[in-house]
Amino acid sequence: MNGPQDAGGRHGFGPVRPDPDEPLFHAPWERRALAMTMAMGGLGQWTIDESRHAREARSPAEYYRLSYYGIWIAGLEKLLLDKAMVSEGELASGVPDGAVEDKLPPLSPEGAVTSILGIAPYSRDPGGRDPAFGVGDPVRARNLQPAGHIRMPSYCRDRSGTVTAVHGYHVFADTSAEGDRDTAHWLYNVTFSARDLFGDRAGAGDTVSVDLWEPYLDAV
Amino acid sequence: MPHDHSDHDHDHNHSEMDDMTSRVMALEKLLTDKGLIDPATLDAILETCETRIGPRNGAKVVARAWADPAFAQALRDDATAAIHSMGFGGRQGEHLTAVFNAPDQHNMVVCTLCSCYPWPVLGLPPVWYKSMPYRSRAVSEPRAVLEEFGVTLPDSTAIRVWDSTAEMRYLVVPMRPEGTDGWSAEELEPLVSRDAMIGTALAGAVT
Repeated sequence: MNGPQDAGGRHGFGPVRPDPDEPLFHAPWERRALAMTMAMGGLGQWTIDESRHAREARSPAEYYRLSYYGIWIAGLEKLLLDKAMVSEGELASGVPDGAVEDKLPPLSPEGAVTSILGIAPYSRDPGGRDPAFGVGDPVRARNLQPAGHIRMPSYCRDRSGTVTAVHGYHVFADTSAEGDRDTAHWLYNVTFSARDLFGDRAGAGDTVSVDLWEPYLDAV
Repeated sequence: MPHDHSDHDHDHNHSEMDDMTSRVMALEKLLTDKGLIDPATLDAILETCETRIGPRNGAKVVARAWADPAFAQALRDDATAAIHSMGFGGRQGEHLTAVFNAPDQHNMVVCTLCSCYPWPVLGLPPVWYKSMPYRSRAVSEPRAVLEEFGVTLPDSTAIRVWDSTAEMRYLVVPMRPEGTDGWSAEELEPLVSRDAMIGTALAGAVT
């Protein structure tokens, strides 16, 4: 989506303010927001891309007004409503409407630790499909502008670059954002001249490398 | 103590509670009452995020690569296997690439679309990494961003910015500081800061 999350190259956000002594969380609620999001994610009712899309699919005014974990909570509430796991009334009242959910047991503490430290790869068996491109091939990013989730930044649309790595056959974010955990495509690292993307703002000789799936690309 | 919530002053503290605190507490209680979360699980998640993952893991990877050329080669060839073999695997570190700085190329990592970051080796991302100023400018004006971190690169050093748009996560291996010949991995480790592994600092720099 041409949404507020697509930040690369935008003007007007001001300087970066590094803080070397920054705490991991700035308020106790941020800790609970992170943990609650992960505990609910661990129930397997949505994919990581569905949660990304739930966070970004809102008005720019709201997205930029909210703090980082504020966006996470807004995204979690949207997923809970979309999946009918919580009703609007329950969110407003804070009280369960009726019978307590018993088909879906909560993630256990042990399960949660495994979900953080265990490894569940996003690569899939290509089933004999060969990658269309190899390292060194010139490619052009397609001018894709779907209303749904996409992981191609707008700054590289219609720009040409060079394949700099073939990462593997990875779950495709666009379909994963609709709950599909299986559809996968070849994933490439594509390197663009920074000047081709950002004109004279960028340094001569500087480059930007972006991970792009095959359906985002055309041969040049 | 401005945030001391004592029992006998419940109403007063409640009315002072900010919107996000009350909203998140209410949601946690609702999900607990609905049997969807166990508060003990939230504590286990936080303990894991705060103690088991973080930039000291990444520093061990970088220091070992500096001290051990065979490991450095393994890290170049297959960072996922090399880093997982050190026990640093998990969520947001399923697929890893190590990018090595050199005199003619400096690497810097961003996620312009959200906040993708290599959790097992760097932990949870700092606020500036997730902020719109960094996300918007790292790709288009990395030299100006680096200046804000106090880093000035020579014009002869090209910058390659890695935008983490899929599930591949990037770890910058900074250049080894001068004057450290013969140092062991353990001695080198403290020279590797979190920011150096994102590419917004140089190794050995005070950050």
